[in-house]
Amino acid sequence: MENIILPTTNTWCPGCGNFGIQNSLKEAIAEVGKEKVVVISGIGCHGKISDYVNTSSIYTLHGRTVPTGTGVKMSNPELLPICMGGDGDMYDEGISHLVHAAKRNSNITVLVHDNRTFALTVNQPTSTSPQGYQGTTSPEGSVEYTINPVDLMLSAGATYVARGFSGQPQQLTRLITEGIAHPGFSFIEILQPCVVWYNTFAAYNEAVYEMENQELELQEARNKAVEWDYQSEGPIATGLFYREHKPTYEESLPGNFPVDVEALLEKSK
Amino acid sequence: MDNFQIIVGGAAGEGSKKAGQILARLFNSRGFRVFVHEDYHSLIRGGHNFSQITVNRDRQQNAISEKIDFLLALNEETITKHQHKLKDGGILIYDSDSIEAELPEDNGFEVLKVPAANIIEEAEASNLMKNTALIAALAKSVGMDWEKTKQVLSRLLTKETDKNLQVAEIAFSQTEQLKELAAEAGEPLPVLTGNSAIAVGAIRAGLENYIAYPMTPATGVLTYLVNVPGVKTAQPENEISVINMAIGSAFAGRRTMIGSSGGGFALMSESISLLAQSETPMQIVLSQRMGPATGVPTYVGQCDLDFALNVGHGDMQRLVTAPGDGDEAYYLSGWGLNMAWKYQLPVILMTDKELSENTYVLTREQEIYKEEPNEAENTADYLRYDGEDISPLQYPGGQAVVKATGYEHTPGGISEEEPEGIVAMQNKRLRKYDKLKEELEQLETVKSYGQGKVAVIFWGSVKGAILEAAQDLPIKLVQPLVLQPFPENQMKAALEGAEKVVCVELNSTGQLARVLRGHGIEVNDKILKYDARPFTIEGLREQLQALVN
Repeated sequence: MENIILPTTNTWCPGCGNFGIQNSLKEAIAEVGKEKVVVISGIGCHGKISDYVNTSSIYTLHGRTVPTGTGVKMSNPELLPICMGGDGDMYDEGISHLVHAAKRNSNITVLVHDNRTFALTVNQPTSTSPQGYQGTTSPEGSVEYTINPVDLMLSAGATYVARGFSGQPQQLTRLITEGIAHPGFSFIEILQPCVVWYNTFAAYNEAVYEMENQELELQEARNKAVEWDYQSEGPIATGLFYREHKPTYEESLPGNFPVDVEALLEKSK
Repeated sequence: MDNFQIIVGGAAGEGSKKAGQILARLFNSRGFRVFVHEDYHSLIRGGHNFSQITVNRDRQQNAISEKIDFLLALNEETITKHQHKLKDGGILIYDSDSIEAELPEDNGFEVLKVPAANIIEEAEASNLMKNTALIAALAKSVGMDWEKTKQVLSRLLTKETDKNLQVAEIAFSQTEQLKELAAEAGEPLPVLTGNSAIAVGAIRAGLENYIAYPMTPATGVLTYLVNVPGVKTAQPENEISVINMAIGSAFAGRRTMIGSSGGGFALMSESISLLAQSETPMQIVLSQRMGPATGVPTYVGQCDLDFALNVGHGDMQRLVTAPGDGDEAYYLSGWGLNMAWKYQLPVILMTDKELSENTYVLTREQEIYKEEPNEAENTADYLRYDGEDISPLQYPGGQAVVKATGYEHTPGGISEEEPEGIVAMQNKRLRKYDKLKEELEQLETVKSYGQGKVAVIFWGSVKGAILEAAQDLPIKLVQPLVLQPFPENQMKAALEGAEKVVCVELNSTGQLARVLRGHGIEVNDKILKYDARPFTIEGLREQLQALVN
């Protein structure tokens, strides 16, 4: 399993939640086989994971990992695109892609490294920073409200919706492995402390609880999703909120095969 | 009759566009060369739309005249707007049951009244088949035989074919022959819009996936390809999604193309830079319309040259092509897709409202085939960005770990921030571009037509009108087919001996003229048109004549 992580110098801060996510990802990749995996990462601390994993990867632009993953799957349905993103990628810059990929049930896995701050640009509020968050661009505290990504994804039609915590490695590994195996749009929101700018580690340890293994109806899942509003202290449920099976976007597309150009042009005569 | 022009017009929804396409195919069936120009506004129903069809028995004439031989009117406005264009001896054909035309006396043209409402009643057909009656009347008036007319109509009128044929036959039998068509000229050829020609050319070069968001006048590429089994298409939520989806698709090994007009292309621009940095092969169709911003959505402009040549942040390289007619669109689209995969960079194919939506005959005198790219063995030691210039391609799914990235990177695709590594990788990309430039020197990237001391340079869809307008004038026409890397040597060779250099463009500032000046070529004069309409043969001829008098 050691050949899943490259010997590249790792520049995440000591104690960063990304280590926990990378570790769970490593185990999940070992489980599904690394040859078919394409890791796609965006911009921010999480993005460096493309330099660290020994799988095919696309280290792409800010906010664009989701359509890139759909393109990979559309092109070669055998591949397993794992689209990474921070909260900035997924809920700020690229939120339209996230909603639409869920809506079309694109058969990709989305892992959101949600540390609830723009960390690499040295601390500004994102869509999941609580109101009042003090960053370098909000010295008096952010005046904006938060979005609830779990609730949003349930509304948008995601067919596998889960929340993990980088401090709960066993559960996180299970969720990622299941998410990759799920035939359809898998969304895993991962709470991840930023030890430098927004160290939520102790607070999460206090508030987080693992949901029992259960299959909730959509409305029950929605009720569960709004239990925590990303503003208050908690309690914060982790685990699988919702799972549903329906045809995926990519399997609904007709296949690729050579075109008879002469026959095609004959129709235009 | 061997060379004539037809206008067919009506309100949006009355079928004038369909009628134009049928008329083109009717004369194509006799081996005549046809061209159709489309004029329509940005609305769904009402307004005034028209198609102008140029028919020439002996050669391809991809331009429209100010004077016409036939006017087919589906409504009164069409007569009001276009009757002054009819030549002496021309024919006005209209639905005399629903239009009360007040025609000027001594107008010099003949009038062919078609009682379309009566015919439709007799055939118990739908009112939408009025245009079928007018088409049949025109066919008879020029002496087409019924069997051939029927053949074309039944191929193109796929809905309620029998009713349509019934309407056509009544109109045909009630009409008298007024003209005599010249003899058949050979076999029919494929008749396609420029957008369709771009699509087919790309298929020839192995196109597998086409991704686009609807935007006039580029939409036709997508609507053509959705009907081609074997090619996958996708229409995601916006153009940013389009290009990033396409990057994933090409990374996974499938030949992929995308397309839009200026606004959508602008949204793609950050990712165009990613194409260059990640060395992802991609052809982007940029179909221009009159800007800025929303501009004039369904009318022509050549205003995005500056933008296309400079799109993408960073010190990046691209290949930009500019076909001028259906055949060039077909060839350059296929060639551009091959080049994208050979040199692993963004290729921008520039078209415009006219070239994209007008209809051309495809002669395919220059044929295009898929060229296989340079690929590495699929082994565990594969490095995506290895080598001196062009790095062999590989795709994920096997032993090779394929790492594409927008960061500056090592040969293995890992982020690189050390000075030596940064310079080495930039130099690799520059050497790759040098190789492309060397190859371009061996190809015909600048075309010339005619001879004269005055050299007139044009690009893109202006070709159709200018080739006609400059007939028999002492002018040398010069057309660059590649705009970046700019074919400076071939352009200078084409201009050798020219005493005066003039640029003809559909924009207000002379964007190509600026490019030429940047390459040390003095442009003495510019003929610019930016009313969002194409040049007519007569209008442009007058301006060209003034250059040589």
